[in-house]
Amino acid sequence: MSELPPIILFFVAILLVLITRGTLRNIILLATPVLGGLHLWLNIEPGMTVTHTILGFELIIMRTDKLSLLFGYLFCLASAISTIYAWHIKDTTQQIAGLMYAGAAVGAVFAGDLITLFVCWELLALSSVFLVWARGTERSYNAGMRYLIFQVMSGLFLLAGALVHYHNTGSLAFDHIGLESVAGWLILIAFGIKCAFPFLHSWLVDAYPEGTVTGTVFLSAFSTKVAVYALARGFAGEEILVYVGVTMACFPIFYAVIENDLRKVLAYSLINQVGFMVAGIGIGTALALNGAVAHAFSHVIYKGLLFMSMGAVLYRVGNINGSDLGGLYKTMPKTTVFCIVGALSISAFPLFSGFISKSMVITAMIEENYSYLWLLMLFASAGVFHHAGIKVPYFAFFAHDSGLRPKEAPINMLIAMGISACLCVFLGAQPQYLYSLLPWEVDYWPYDTTHVLAQLQLLFFSALAFVWLNKRGMYPPELRSTNLDVEWIYRKLVPAGIRRSVTFLGDTKELMVASMMAPMRGIRHTFSQSSVAKYHLSESWPTGSMVFWIAIILAAYLLLDIFG
Amino acid sequence: MSEQDQKEYFFDKPGNVKLVLRGFYAICIMLVIADFVIHRHISLSWEKIPAFYAIYGFVACVVLVIIATAMRKVVMRKEDYYDE
Repeated sequence: MSELPPIILFFVAILLVLITRGTLRNIILLATPVLGGLHLWLNIEPGMTVTHTILGFELIIMRTDKLSLLFGYLFCLASAISTIYAWHIKDTTQQIAGLMYAGAAVGAVFAGDLITLFVCWELLALSSVFLVWARGTERSYNAGMRYLIFQVMSGLFLLAGALVHYHNTGSLAFDHIGLESVAGWLILIAFGIKCAFPFLHSWLVDAYPEGTVTGTVFLSAFSTKVAVYALARGFAGEEILVYVGVTMACFPIFYAVIENDLRKVLAYSLINQVGFMVAGIGIGTALALNGAVAHAFSHVIYKGLLFMSMGAVLYRVGNINGSDLGGLYKTMPKTTVFCIVGALSISAFPLFSGFISKSMVITAMIEENYSYLWLLMLFASAGVFHHAGIKVPYFAFFAHDSGLRPKEAPINMLIAMGISACLCVFLGAQPQYLYSLLPWEVDYWPYDTTHVLAQLQLLFFSALAFVWLNKRGMYPPELRSTNLDVEWIYRKLVPAGIRRSVTFLGDTKELMVASMMAPMRGIRHTFSQSSVAKYHLSESWPTGSMVFWIAIILAAYLLLDIFG
Repeated sequence: MSEQDQKEYFFDKPGNVKLVLRGFYAICIMLVIADFVIHRHISLSWEKIPAFYAIYGFVACVVLVIIATAMRKVVMRKEDYYDE
């Protein structure tokens, strides 16, 4: 019993959910991640392996070390909080999808071989897409479809990479992979798609804002963080990831500034935050890797909190466009406070969770002499405060009074947000507990005068820039709009290209047929005028008459054979 | 709803907005003064510039907003752009 892989717990729970209703079902939904988490915490030690032989292959369905255990705790915690947030949902599809999604994430971080990882990888994709589709709109259906295509593609790259890797090394074990072979690159692309690398990121900003109120909270926790875990295990210290990470941290903030849909703003800032993790993994020192993992931990909590607060607004108002909101602090004060806690955490304000984890990556960057990239990361830090820290709470809850007076969020949402907010402050103020769980041995403490002062200056003057730009009227107003991103290539350019090509081919065909037919008609005309044309055989015959004559000939043969 | 609208909330009074902003400016000024009082450990040459982080934070955000606003000219389309 003590070696029970937690993913099995989730699958049993899914069966129980199917046969129960109402409160009992909700209790099962909540108990699963809570029990799973306690089981991991109390019974499971680092260094365990559970194997299972299928078709002659030995699959390692559970391999534990401090890295996988930390993500295991995190996913159980996130799943429990999201379940409380979704307590009011009665939709079986969403409940099962959420549970299966969390279970797949937990399964993926304990997968000890690439095939088990692949199975969980695809399960993540297939379960999570229902959280987008459950919204029930045509937009969400289409966005879900595109999301699914990207996710399945990622799985195919993983499978291809795994097979090549097996061919090269004779092993399917999921340990450090590196980029020495084609297999490494294939697997990196697979992880990169799920991790929302630049140019592979559009599924995220496309689908997450289209998810249901509660579904997006689930979505924000698992997929990208499973990918971060997988990168940390397979590609730690690959320098290319530093550059990828810095790009991820920088480019989304420009979009976030001009985006109107506030959940899409959060989706862009999610990429920005994952960028810090990817860069940390690329640096590859113990401090940087710890920083990346710790940042994933605090990120899941505060990003979930931000998505929950925006979800509460969407739930009450029915709309999440910055242009239509404002002044909601008047009737949703608790949600406002929770959102601000999330905003301060993502901005890495001292005493909040982002500060104690992001600073590790930034410090590691200085130690490894990436000074120009460090400047860019500082820019990204200021930028994330600017859009996720200020813009989101400001345009939703303050700014101009929209006249909307929605009710405060339902009690279950407030409880979930409250738990997350407390965790943000707890992790930020007492980082030693999180640090003690980190996989690598590092002596690091974020609170020294230099660091706190520097961070406060950076943040307060970023805020000052916001105030100044707003007062000067230079801040871009929230406008109802769509901003072109990479998805334009496959949503406009390629379809338009295909349409053009089809039209072009159609035209060409008609032209060719016409040019062939004209001389043919001429020849036929000339023939019909000629003296040969009057003979019977020169006419064109219907197929029926030919079949008739063949039948006559065969009948003649038959008669000859009988009487001959 | 109309009854609720009569109620005056915290930021409806311009005085309160001013108060919050004044407090905010005061903190900004104190942070710059602190830079000259407290000795920061320096690991990169840029950090030697007085109030480096304050200047960088301000300039970074202004540049960010200016570039993003300019980006709108290129990337912004109607809300139903993809639905057509």
